[in-house]
Amino acid sequence: MRLIIPLAITFTAGMIMILNFFVPHQPFRFLGENLQEWYLIVASGAIFLGAMNLMHVHFRKIKLKLKNWKYSPVTIIGFLVMLVLGLIYGVTEGRPFNYLFMNMVAPMGATMFSLLAFFVASAAFRAFRASNWRATLLLTSAFLVMLGQVPIGAMIWDKIPLIKVWLMSIPNTAGQRAVMIGAAMGVVSTSLRMIFGVERSWLGGTD
Amino acid sequence: MNWEILGIWLGALVTLCLYSFLYRDNPFYKFAEHLFVGMSAGYWVIYQIENVLIPNWWQSMVPSEGGFNWIWIIPGIFVLFMLARMVPKIAGLSRLSLGMIIGSGAGLNMVSFFQTNAMAQVKGTIFSVASGSVWSIFSSLVLVVGVVSGLIYFFFSKAHTGVVGKAANVGITILMVAFGASFGYTIMARLSLLIGRCQFMLEDWLPTIPRLLGIGG
Amino acid sequence: MADIIEKLGKLDRRIIFVLIALAVIIPISFDLILPNPVGAEPSRDLYDYVDALPEGSNVLVSFDYDPSTMPELQPMAEALVLHLFMKNVNIVGMALWPQGASLGQDAMSSMADSLGKAQYEDWCNLGYKTGGQIMIVRLGSSISAVFPTDMDNVPWSEIPMLRNITALESFSLIISLSAGDPGIIAWVMMAGDRFGVPIGCGCTAVSAPTLYTYLQTNQMVGMLGGLKGAADYETLVGIKGGQAVRGMAPQSVAHLVIILFIIIGNVAYFSQRKKGGAR
Repeated sequence: MRLIIPLAITFTAGMIMILNFFVPHQPFRFLGENLQEWYLIVASGAIFLGAMNLMHVHFRKIKLKLKNWKYSPVTIIGFLVMLVLGLIYGVTEGRPFNYLFMNMVAPMGATMFSLLAFFVASAAFRAFRASNWRATLLLTSAFLVMLGQVPIGAMIWDKIPLIKVWLMSIPNTAGQRAVMIGAAMGVVSTSLRMIFGVERSWLGGTD
Repeated sequence: MNWEILGIWLGALVTLCLYSFLYRDNPFYKFAEHLFVGMSAGYWVIYQIENVLIPNWWQSMVPSEGGFNWIWIIPGIFVLFMLARMVPKIAGLSRLSLGMIIGSGAGLNMVSFFQTNAMAQVKGTIFSVASGSVWSIFSSLVLVVGVVSGLIYFFFSKAHTGVVGKAANVGITILMVAFGASFGYTIMARLSLLIGRCQFMLEDWLPTIPRLLGIGG
Repeated sequence: MADIIEKLGKLDRRIIFVLIALAVIIPISFDLILPNPVGAEPSRDLYDYVDALPEGSNVLVSFDYDPSTMPELQPMAEALVLHLFMKNVNIVGMALWPQGASLGQDAMSSMADSLGKAQYEDWCNLGYKTGGQIMIVRLGSSISAVFPTDMDNVPWSEIPMLRNITALESFSLIISLSAGDPGIIAWVMMAGDRFGVPIGCGCTAVSAPTLYTYLQTNQMVGMLGGLKGAADYETLVGIKGGQAVRGMAPQSVAHLVIILFIIIGNVAYFSQRKKGGAR
């Protein structure tokens, strides 16, 4: 029973979405639209679950004095400050919640990912080797794209941007499309397996 | 108090804290990292409440013009089931909510991925066969051969020998060009993020120092 | 000479970090600006499409990104919004990513202020909704069912510019500024292929190569890929000294430095292999 009900819900929800696609008329239209609206609410539950889990992990770290526990209060305070300011002042532009987002969260998010620039350069220096002709082809393609994407490429040779456009529109499109079609087939088969209850790993076990 | 300058300084301080990681892991980095996680989570929760739960759930269940739509209790219960994951004794209830999310996603993905990423791509490849200049005919030939041979490369149910092996070889060659292009674009993306931060530090933050010290404009 | 090459091959990563930082900082410090010619790029296609929109059309701009990709996508957002306002097109903003709602608000309000455009008359921000592509399908039949209020909880019925908007088909164009999933792929699948609305895209450079496939099939009318796409759009719109155009000089220098690194790394690798030291 503990498996049958979730699997029945999965099957019903999946079939409603499929039938709503092929038969966009009543009663499937009504069922589909309601399911879509409910989905918004239920999916937001996942965010609350994530936030609760984050707090649980950090309170546990403090309680058990696990590695780096001294930083856990920073996460908890950061979370609570945003929560309280958001609840009191709302998300309107110019209010404290938005101020902290624009001046702290946004710079931190941007900086965190910009660190990758250094590591990608270091990794390219250490690992990007023209060890065979296919690797050389990959390297050449990368160089042409890197030069074609910036003004200095056209200054070196005015044909580089044209070569880049061709590379992106033809061989790149062909390669990406082959991957895309293959992945789409994978999505179709996995979706079918989920809807019909063959794929059950998301239930947390194979029983 | 000049809130604009304070905001710039807050941004600059957390930026410098995070960049200190380039030297090595240190308390400043860890502080900013933990702060980022906490504040981001707080932001997400507030937006779920303000932009999703209140307008889409609460105001649908208890409309401002009066009355009570009991049907909206059901998604609310599903949200509670999801949160039951945090309580080991009743954690199994979350499977009901997950079932709804996974079923809806799988049903929609099955048809939309097939339509957009399979059928439309096959159609696009077939109709790419061009007439006109020698160059456009050559390009369309590269596209068609590239897609077909790339697909053959990913077909592992038959050994890559003979004609299939040769086609797979062409496929991997095209894929290498595509991966090279992706690598070039990835380098560009990462550097763009760094440029953005450097522009902030040099053009927004640095000029505030003389202003604070009362030097120049 | 062989020793120098060998030493270069074992360069400390922190030296590489410093050189990359200098490659970016020096051009910015000297305010170096390189001309950014726009060729037959997908960015021009998007510009031409937007430019041909009739006055008074409705365009949906979805801000599907967060601060982690802001340096690439925010200049795009600002240039696109400016162009749409200059064409007197009504902009309805929304976001599939929570943080995109604030970033979109920032882009739209700053451009609106500079051009004297009024919120709720010429533009509005519906805010964020969870649900990705399932939510987009619902937008295909009723937008007000998904967005009963805007971002600041102003009811749909009280926003004058939304009077003639019912579903996705009310829009002449949908532009997704996308950093990943949910984003442009969901828009192409649902709004484009299912409801037949033209789709344009601004995306990070990382996702641009994959999205070229949708250009060849006409599933997208045009695309801005990464900072180059943003710089192209700034150039085409005529923004003088825009953030993305200014970014092209450090981008050029940094690309050259990385290419140089890769060449040095390869020279060191082959010289070591010649000596039998590397495999």
